[in-house]
Amino acid sequence: MAPTHPTPNDPAAPGGLYLHIPFCRSKCAYCDFHSSADLQRLPDVFEALLREVRLRASESGCFDSIYLGGGTPSLLAGGDVARLLTHIRRHFPILPDAEITLEGNPDSLTPARLTAYRQAGINRLSIGVQSFHNARLRFLERRHNADQSQAAIRSARRAGFTNISLDLIYGLPGQSEQDWRRELEIALASEPEHLSCYQLTIEPGTRLALRHRRGEWQALDEAAQLRLFRLTRKHLAAAGYDAYEISNFARRTPHGGANLRSRHNQKYWNHLPYIGLGPAAHSFQPPLRSWNEMRLQPYIDCLARDQLPVAGSERLTPRQMRIETLYLALRQSRGLDRDAYARRFGERFEARFARPLAQLMDGGQLVWTPPCYQLTEKGFAVADGVVAHLVSALAEDEDLPRPADDGG
Amino acid sequence: MQLNHLRNFSIIAHIDHGKSTLSDRLIEVSDIISERDFKDQILDSMDIERERGITIKSQTVCLPHAAKDGKTYHLNLIDTPGHVDFTYEVSRALASCEGALLLIDASQGVEAQTLANLYLALEHDLEIIPVINKIDLPSADIDRVKSQIEDDLGLDSDAAILTSAKEGRGIEALFEGIVAHLPPPQGDPEAPLKALIFDSHYDPFRGTIVHFRVRDGRIRAGERIRFMSNNATYKVEEVGLFQIVRNPQKELVAGQVGYMIAGIKTVSDTRCGDTITLDSRPCEAPEPGFKEAKPVVFSSIYPVASDGYDDLVVAMEKLKLNDAALIYEKDTSVALGFGFRCGFLGLLHLEVVQERLEREFDQSLILTAPSVQYELVMNDGEVQIVDNPALYPDPTTIEIAREPFIKAAIIIPDRYMGAVMKLCMERRGINKNYQYLTNNRLEMIFELPLSEVVYDFYDRLKSVTQGYGSFDYELIGQRDTKLVKLDILINGDRVDALSQLVHEERAYQRARVSCDKLKEEIPRQMFKIAIQGAVGGKIIARSTVNPYRKDVTAKCYGGDITRKRKLLEKQKKGKKRMKMVGQVEIPQSAFLSVLRTDAE
Ligand SMILES: Nc1nc2c(ncn2[C@@H]2O[C@H](COP(=O)(O)OP(=O)(O)OP(=O)(O)O)[C@@H](O)[C@H]2O)c(=O)[nH]1
Ligand code: SF4
Ligand SMILES: [Mg+2]
Repeated sequence: MAPTHPTPNDPAAPGGLYLHIPFCRSKCAYCDFHSSADLQRLPDVFEALLREVRLRASESGCFDSIYLGGGTPSLLAGGDVARLLTHIRRHFPILPDAEITLEGNPDSLTPARLTAYRQAGINRLSIGVQSFHNARLRFLERRHNADQSQAAIRSARRAGFTNISLDLIYGLPGQSEQDWRRELEIALASEPEHLSCYQLTIEPGTRLALRHRRGEWQALDEAAQLRLFRLTRKHLAAAGYDAYEISNFARRTPHGGANLRSRHNQKYWNHLPYIGLGPAAHSFQPPLRSWNEMRLQPYIDCLARDQLPVAGSERLTPRQMRIETLYLALRQSRGLDRDAYARRFGERFEARFARPLAQLMDGGQLVWTPPCYQLTEKGFAVADGVVAHLVSALAEDEDLPRPADDGG
Repeated sequence: MQLNHLRNFSIIAHIDHGKSTLSDRLIEVSDIISERDFKDQILDSMDIERERGITIKSQTVCLPHAAKDGKTYHLNLIDTPGHVDFTYEVSRALASCEGALLLIDASQGVEAQTLANLYLALEHDLEIIPVINKIDLPSADIDRVKSQIEDDLGLDSDAAILTSAKEGRGIEALFEGIVAHLPPPQGDPEAPLKALIFDSHYDPFRGTIVHFRVRDGRIRAGERIRFMSNNATYKVEEVGLFQIVRNPQKELVAGQVGYMIAGIKTVSDTRCGDTITLDSRPCEAPEPGFKEAKPVVFSSIYPVASDGYDDLVVAMEKLKLNDAALIYEKDTSVALGFGFRCGFLGLLHLEVVQERLEREFDQSLILTAPSVQYELVMNDGEVQIVDNPALYPDPTTIEIAREPFIKAAIIIPDRYMGAVMKLCMERRGINKNYQYLTNNRLEMIFELPLSEVVYDFYDRLKSVTQGYGSFDYELIGQRDTKLVKLDILINGDRVDALSQLVHEERAYQRARVSCDKLKEEIPRQMFKIAIQGAVGGKIIARSTVNPYRKDVTAKCYGGDITRKRKLLEKQKKGKKRMKMVGQVEIPQSAFLSVLRTDAE
């Protein structure tokens, strides 16, 4: 098993491998992910993806997680997933107990497909349920209904999946605490190992934003959103789930039981290395971040010429590294590990952030739980503001030591 | 260049009567600039003039003109601003002219600044040609304007020239009128050099560029000149004429208006109103120069950046070259550090100074609430002059406070009499009398506290008279008043830069408006922010900026991280326009909002 709290200072820390399948049957109203409904191009992109796997095989490190995300990876046939995983294992060192997740939507997770996925080696399933309420599903412009979600969960269990995560969206117009509690109850009834509960956000350029601009619906006010946010945390805690990240909840297991937190997503949040393959996927090899071409045709063309489809990259400056660390660490319940910070950045956290830190402790947004600074319940609700407040005290790059994992 | 082939004249008028547009037509005919480079109101060259559609700076342009008599004349035109706040520009322009074109909008008729500018021109003994402009407008009423010229202005309406600057009508007649009716300059080209500096500006490549009118003698490149006020001497590098661009000349002689470049290193050596003479052959006495500009509103300017003072010093000096009306001295604030206490000719002038400092000199500034100048008679009989709330003494030591009053002359069509009455009463005005002008127009005379007109009075007048009202004013002295100092506290800390001196009756209202405006402008932050208005320790208004209760991004995966980080980085950049006061970040716009607070 991977260490529970790996830190980026550990040179041997295994990385994560992400594969982006940028296709969906149709675009959901709220979604600003990179995905296309032009399914005819799926085969070409898939072939290109296999090439990319081969081309990037030389990148160092071993991996203890693979994540097929999207988009809708459950549009891939069972055989394709098997082929892809075999291909990956051939080119990348994948640790034996790796977490291998596939994201899917209820309308494409058929029993047969689920069985094939399980056999191919997928051991964790993330299902895009979003809501157990049909009117809300229509509001979100999802393609499935609540019954299909229930059926998919049942089929997944039958196919042998013992690690299932459900994605839910709350904070929809008119949604009361009671409404949301009822949905949470339905979700909990299927005893998922993991839940991701996202508050609805209006992303620019989406249909949801357009409809909002036209006045077709009204967002919940801040107080109502806050009530739902708190309810989510409280209710799931009571049901035996750990809010290990702001929107992510893992079922608590008896001591020594399998860790049900998303190992893959923790790579992002712990600033560990990951490789992203597929159109628009991001990779991180501290302090370097790079991202792939997002347009499908150039992505395909590039790989047809055996060239890496990298669209851009950046080398994080000492200041940027700190900003990301703050942001990512504080979103997790464990918080920001002072000792890990000191090892990585060669300075005391308290010295760097003395003033805002004192203010936030006074204000009741942060607490000190050795060896970490953690957001309080109040603090979690304003996590962005807390980070912004800390960042406002951050000096310019010239005045900041380079992090330990910055090669030179 | 022979003196009798020169004409120096200004175009003066009420705001918007078409001075700059008429200048365009004259420039076009004289063909000093190619069509390609031409644009409307070409003399309004500053961005802020173009955006606001008004002239702020007087601009000189020398037009060669082949007259009907077969001779070529040099017509030196100065386009002037019409807005009251820039009268100082007009009066200095007039000092280098022998004549003036007094423009009157054919549909608006004579307005307050038409009269004010006419009086200015008469003070300078200028020959005046009335010009009725905008005759193309359907609402033009030439006969009516002619009767106003006779009766209200006391000029000969038969001499009036009719133009449409927009359509280019009447331009030939105007040229001939200028040549025939305006006198040529006088002066002795052989006498020792005597040239009056009436303006200057800073050029990043050439340094200070001095604008002057030669009274006597001549000036050429290579000569050593002397500024008579401070005896600084410089070697002339270049002299020339303003012809949209600078056009270098071998020499400038008595009667001409032009510029000089002389490698002037010390910016403060150049003073408006000073006389230039030759070092080797100085003239006997300098020109009388100009009356000092008399500022009516005062405000302090601070750099947003705590280490920005040194840059601001340089910027102020350079701006002062081109804005002789700007008066300033060093100032300090507990909240904002070092800055300048400045005097302005009005609120528009204040805004222009701020904008020019920001645009032309890349400054980021905070201004304090504007104030007029009060006279305080202390218990011991001593009289103090105070325009800065920060220096307001302990009220128990003050025997009597006095505030400046003005006499306002407001010209309106008589149907707006009631509305104007009401407005002026609200502003603590006293109606002294009124008189009918020609054509159902009324001139109303009010006495008003100056502090009540510096804020948005003109805008309000325009709006209650649907654009027909115009006004002019003069200071008539100090009168007893009841003054209090309104403090603004943010989280309990008094922010000295937000303090204001106000009339007792106005304190509540001003406090409430200030608190509300600040509440709008100060962004919600992590912590609750209490805003209070206080007079002498007593809280009379309050508002609260509530902290964020929810501010958290739902998702954060691969690509989101970079995006979120960029937002956090950008926020830091935005902070450049924020000022930390105690624990609270106050945006520059918040200071400005209090400054613009209208006492509604
Ligand atoms: N119809 C018509 N409009 C004109 C004429 N002359 C000027 N205007 C318009 O009147 C407005 C004001 O013109 P300007 O030339 O900027 O006026 P100004 O007197 O220079 O104004 P200030 O410098 O701000 O005092 C502009 O919209 C012009 O287009 C004219 O002869 N006829
Ligand atoms: S299925 Fe998921 S990725 Fe596809 S459009 Fe809907 S929300 Fe976006
Ligand atoms: Mg103009």
